[in-house]
Amino acid sequence: MRGEILTGTYLAQGDWACAEGAIAAGCRFFAAYPITPATEIMERMAVRLPQVGGDFVQFEDEIASMAALVGASYAGAKAMTATSGPGLSLMAENIGLALMTEAPCVVVDIMRGGPSTGQPTMAAQGDLMQARWLTHGDYEMIALVPASVQEMFDLTVEAFNLAERYRLPVLLLADALIGQMYEKLVIPEADQVGVESRKKPTVGPGDYLPFQVDDSLVPAMACFGEGYRFYVTGLTHDESGYPDMSPQGQGRLVTRLCAKVRDRAGEIMRLDTYHLEDAEVVVVAYGMVARSAQQAVDLARERGLRAGLLRLVTVWPFPTQFLDGLSRRLKALLVPEMNCGQLVHEVRGAARGCSVHSLPKPGPIPHSAQEIMEAMEGIKI
Amino acid sequence: MSGGEVKFPLDDLLRRDRFPHLWCQGCGLGIILSTFCRAVLEADIDLDDLVVASGIGCAGRLPGYLNCDTFHATHGRAIPLASGAKIANPDLKVVVISGDGDLFAIGGNHFIHAARRNLEMLVICSNNFNYGMTGGQLGPTTPFQALTRTTPFGNWEEPLNLVQLAAAAGATYVARWTVTYAQRLTNSIKKGLQREGFAFIEVVSPCPAIYGEMNEQGSAWQMWEELEAVSRIRDGIPPAEASFDLHERIICGDFIDRERMGYTLRLRQNRDVARQEGLAGYG
Repeated sequence: MRGEILTGTYLAQGDWACAEGAIAAGCRFFAAYPITPATEIMERMAVRLPQVGGDFVQFEDEIASMAALVGASYAGAKAMTATSGPGLSLMAENIGLALMTEAPCVVVDIMRGGPSTGQPTMAAQGDLMQARWLTHGDYEMIALVPASVQEMFDLTVEAFNLAERYRLPVLLLADALIGQMYEKLVIPEADQVGVESRKKPTVGPGDYLPFQVDDSLVPAMACFGEGYRFYVTGLTHDESGYPDMSPQGQGRLVTRLCAKVRDRAGEIMRLDTYHLEDAEVVVVAYGMVARSAQQAVDLARERGLRAGLLRLVTVWPFPTQFLDGLSRRLKALLVPEMNCGQLVHEVRGAARGCSVHSLPKPGPIPHSAQEIMEAMEGIKI
Repeated sequence: MSGGEVKFPLDDLLRRDRFPHLWCQGCGLGIILSTFCRAVLEADIDLDDLVVASGIGCAGRLPGYLNCDTFHATHGRAIPLASGAKIANPDLKVVVISGDGDLFAIGGNHFIHAARRNLEMLVICSNNFNYGMTGGQLGPTTPFQALTRTTPFGNWEEPLNLVQLAAAAGATYVARWTVTYAQRLTNSIKKGLQREGFAFIEVVSPCPAIYGEMNEQGSAWQMWEELEAVSRIRDGIPPAEASFDLHERIICGDFIDRERMGYTLRLRQNRDVARQEGLAGYG
């Protein structure tokens, strides 16, 4: 038997790569409920986790799975779950708990058609706004959108690192095509996988306040059984962890929960650009559609149109300032998505320097390069 | 004692700065808190290893008074949250204390499956027949025809027998007491804490301020007297005979006490088998 990280080159499925990325990042607790098209992730974890000294549990539903993640996270484990839209809807409640109690963990959503049961085996990008506004209240989300099997591995590692660094649940949003497809995957040597872990308290139990922060706005995290004897609640709380029902308490807490992400958005956001230097028309895309869009840019350039691509690798936090700046030197932005138009609203809100055009296509077939290229050509500039 | 400060036997187990507690006069939760603390002392549990989780409601606020690692979770989700903690760190001693609505209405499914898995945890249910925190609505244990804010013409649903459900789902220790049996309840909690499996204790707890008021049960004292009058101890009888009628007869006692391998031990076995089998698929 080989090591915990399966260094090598593979022809691998996206869901499989995600599971291996999690293990490489140090995930040792996985809780989930079967759901197409994410089931392969849990099946792989069921094989692999016990072999690397972790535990896999199939819970009675997604509500329990997400609650278990919060408990496992507070017991010191790096924890993950994987689901699809219907399951993500059920997880909303305890993703809120993870946000409120700052429990680092990773939630994978392999997106299928919706609403409701939708098209279970087929792809869509309809959960984009759900990922942002999943649960009630005020908060910031971090969501990564892989566009290849390699990124299913790489961004799962990144999701764990972000979760540990900022103490929150991080979403990995992949359309079913990325989750189900097979392509080349390179798993690096163990020492090449950068793995981060949560900040631990530097004070003793008597001086520990579980939600006291420094300039990072991220509190150091004691875990169950370490002797700190702390109290955690989903209620609004002060730095001692105790409920705070004062008018000021709500503002203090949620402002910090938002600010710990907003203030570091520049470090969190990852964008991939293609021919932006001299572009007049730029496609904003993510996931599977970004692959068609890159080809569309090549096709358009062959035909003399100065096209470019902005691929979102993180969709939340959204690169508002970057898009606004970019739009001021463009003639148009085009937003193709496998839904009825979701990200386009965010792009319209950000890009005030040029026109923004929507190219919706509600799955399961992604846009072809030809379709995107023709849409670019059809824009009157 | 320096400064003339008096030290009480349960001081080390309580967050003294959180008192006075928020419960109404005559509520049974104070007895549940004190019997739990006494049982922890008697069972010689290391407070650094103890994790107590709860859901939402009056009982959900109990862990906030305990001086150990405590988690006040979402409504109905304390059991799966505690499951995750126990699985991730089996050295922890995990307890869930919550109410009848939290554990058996919104959280009912989680209770069944944690008992089925025999997850090593003690679950204590404070059963007060209504949703107290939200002002007295129908719960899964509200007696037939009882008045609540959402059954203004009487409850037309039959209540759930929690002991029978726990036994059927696979709990390895099942008991029921009213808060009037403080010493027996303490002994029972001690047993539950020492059990390496899923243990369940139902504690019948009067809610004079809301449920009692709506159903003209009289004062807190009268409710406690009635509980004493209708309770009978029948240790060891089959759970099917552990009947419950709030005003006629409440059968109390230890009903189930059996050994079954705990879930986290089975997960350790799973690791051993998985390592022997080697990697399936790639690699």
